[in-house]
Amino acid sequence: MTPTTPAPEGTAVPSRVDHLDLLESLAIFIIREVAAECERPVLLFSGGKDSAVLLHLAVKAFAPARLPFPVMHIDTGHNFPEVIDYRDRQAEAAGARLVVASVQASIDAGRVMDPGEGASRNRIQSTTLLDAINEHKFDAAFGGARRDEDKARAKERVLSFRDRFGRWDPRRQRPELWQLYQGKVNPGEHLRAFPLSDWTELDIWQYIERERIELPTIYFAHDRDVINREGMLLAASQWVSPKGDEVVERMTVRYRTVGDATLTGAVVSSATTITAIIEEISTARVSERGATRGDDKFSETAMEDRKREGYF
Amino acid sequence: MAPQTQVMDLLRFATVGSVDDGKSTLIGRLLVDTRQLFDDQLEAVAHASVTRGVGDLDLSFVTDGLRAEREQGITIDVAYRYAATPTRKFIIADCPGHVQYTRNMATGASTADLALVVVDATAGLKEQTRRHVCIAALLGVRRLIVAANKMDLAEWARDPFDAIVTDVEQLAARLGIDNPIVVPVSALNGDNVVDPSDAAPWYDGPTVLGALEAAPAGGWAGEGKVGARLPVQWVLRHPTGKRTYAGMVDGAPLAPGDEVMLLPEGIRTTVRRVATADGDLAVAPVGRCVDVDLADDTPAGRGDMLATAPLPEVTDRLVATVCWFGEEPLTTGQRFRVKHTTRSTIGFVEHVDARVDVNNLTLEDRDYLEANDIGVVTISTADPLVVDPYGHNRITGSFVLVDERTNATLAGAMVGAPSFAAPQP
Repeated sequence: MTPTTPAPEGTAVPSRVDHLDLLESLAIFIIREVAAECERPVLLFSGGKDSAVLLHLAVKAFAPARLPFPVMHIDTGHNFPEVIDYRDRQAEAAGARLVVASVQASIDAGRVMDPGEGASRNRIQSTTLLDAINEHKFDAAFGGARRDEDKARAKERVLSFRDRFGRWDPRRQRPELWQLYQGKVNPGEHLRAFPLSDWTELDIWQYIERERIELPTIYFAHDRDVINREGMLLAASQWVSPKGDEVVERMTVRYRTVGDATLTGAVVSSATTITAIIEEISTARVSERGATRGDDKFSETAMEDRKREGYF
Repeated sequence: MAPQTQVMDLLRFATVGSVDDGKSTLIGRLLVDTRQLFDDQLEAVAHASVTRGVGDLDLSFVTDGLRAEREQGITIDVAYRYAATPTRKFIIADCPGHVQYTRNMATGASTADLALVVVDATAGLKEQTRRHVCIAALLGVRRLIVAANKMDLAEWARDPFDAIVTDVEQLAARLGIDNPIVVPVSALNGDNVVDPSDAAPWYDGPTVLGALEAAPAGGWAGEGKVGARLPVQWVLRHPTGKRTYAGMVDGAPLAPGDEVMLLPEGIRTTVRRVATADGDLAVAPVGRCVDVDLADDTPAGRGDMLATAPLPEVTDRLVATVCWFGEEPLTTGQRFRVKHTTRSTIGFVEHVDARVDVNNLTLEDRDYLEANDIGVVTISTADPLVVDPYGHNRITGSFVLVDERTNATLAGAMVGAPSFAAPQP
């Protein structure tokens, strides 16, 4: 554990805080404000690195007491088994109740159309998420989204209002001045709360290293059978198999993000430690979403369009 | 490599200025020329530019990421971008310039240490630019870097630049801002943004990036004027039955042994321990979230404040400067929910005292405020608030007015009336 920056001998105590301490403190402040102002918050946990940091911060915000809200996973059914194992262990270690909302159940109930065998379930998980929020009467959902991920996210407030249809209206966001996070909503409406808004990908990794946060093994270099589909290295799996003249290749890869296994790409990497990952992303020329997310290649405003419908 | 031991200096700044003077283009240029953009992000900007028929690379698209923004060619809401140079990290709030979106500009400027003012050199300082600089100053921003933009269109003539320097210096003096830096730039071509330019041989000052890197971080107006402040966010109940009080330290550092007042109750006690989840701290600096163990098992709750001398004021009636965002006018007698630090209560507007004329920086008699007006009001609250003048502390000196029915945030408010210097003769 890194100690706080010590005060130099014989000088006034500096009011400066290390930037990771500053980001950590602001995130903890936001988590506590939402927990205090909302009736039934929930923390969205995908098992990815950002939600791992989010859960770690939430535990720190209320230690030594228990987490005062449950953790929810929106399960697309297209999972990396390592991630599901990780999810269950982390929720248990945090002493949190785990709610799993299943996209497959939404399909079976006729709430959404099955996009078909092997097709991405990324977009339709918004319905599963909103249904779960309604069912459990959650009035706030913490998410690990960061503003540096995408141009629509860059526009979003820390506490982001959703109307009773779950929609985000980027033209009518609440003013959010100073650190006055104002979290009141009427019945049926809810908030998305993004305590990691000001964190960059590098901040996340540096914090993971400092705090020794465990991650799913797929974030580290490993050998895997992959299929190169239009430049994306997709894991060969029960949902993804070669089409046309595609071939399955064994490569040493790791994941920069964790999402629906049918459209989250791996990157070629030999980074087996967090230090090596930090070095790798410090010199990367492609963004994490650009390198790994098929879903954002379709349109100029893919993320904004999904968010308007209630996406994370 | 040991990034965990690196203390990176962090500067938060906001772009301010009128619509179409080039704020987003300047930020786009700054990010592109310092290689903050990934290749795929730059490609996406180029692709969108060509698709929308606005040239090969419309730099404003780097931050104007919403569909409506790209369609209309304006910024609607703040975009937050992050940049790092070898010497410091930047959090950039690229704010909209249009008067209709003043609430969003205020959102971006409320946490800024510095304002990057963008002025169209061919047009000079507009009313909207003055309004934005005025709002930024009222919000406590005490450092200005002014980009006199579109110098290429002004043919790099010295006269329009000098006129802006004169206007900026006068405005800054009235607002109590020292040493504004004015840089002649072309955001479009990249002159004097990151790379120095030969286009203005008469200019020997820094580039925009140079000025941003040299500006002192933090340095907010009120630093050092109040004691420690800790608005209680949450009562942590330990398995042992003990209670500690969680919140963020503000105003001044807080340490074990400090004599504190629990307000508004007015109970004097001592800090026994200050800790985080990682253990005890010898001293908790400003900006750190901690939990505090009090001597005598003094009971406290959310909305209370721990404070060391010089102490804040406990009051249920105060004069405040407000930025009004409501569509309907603000008038005497209106009732709101007030959120101040971690405390929420009900407030009445006893009286609208004045409106700020942003052109002359004077107060005019007016008993109502319209959307995007700045004014002075007297407010009384159902429960007492624990406040410092905004000029002394940003956190304890600010509050918001919230619509009780819709929960919309209708105003940002700062404790105290604005003080403007007399105009130069």
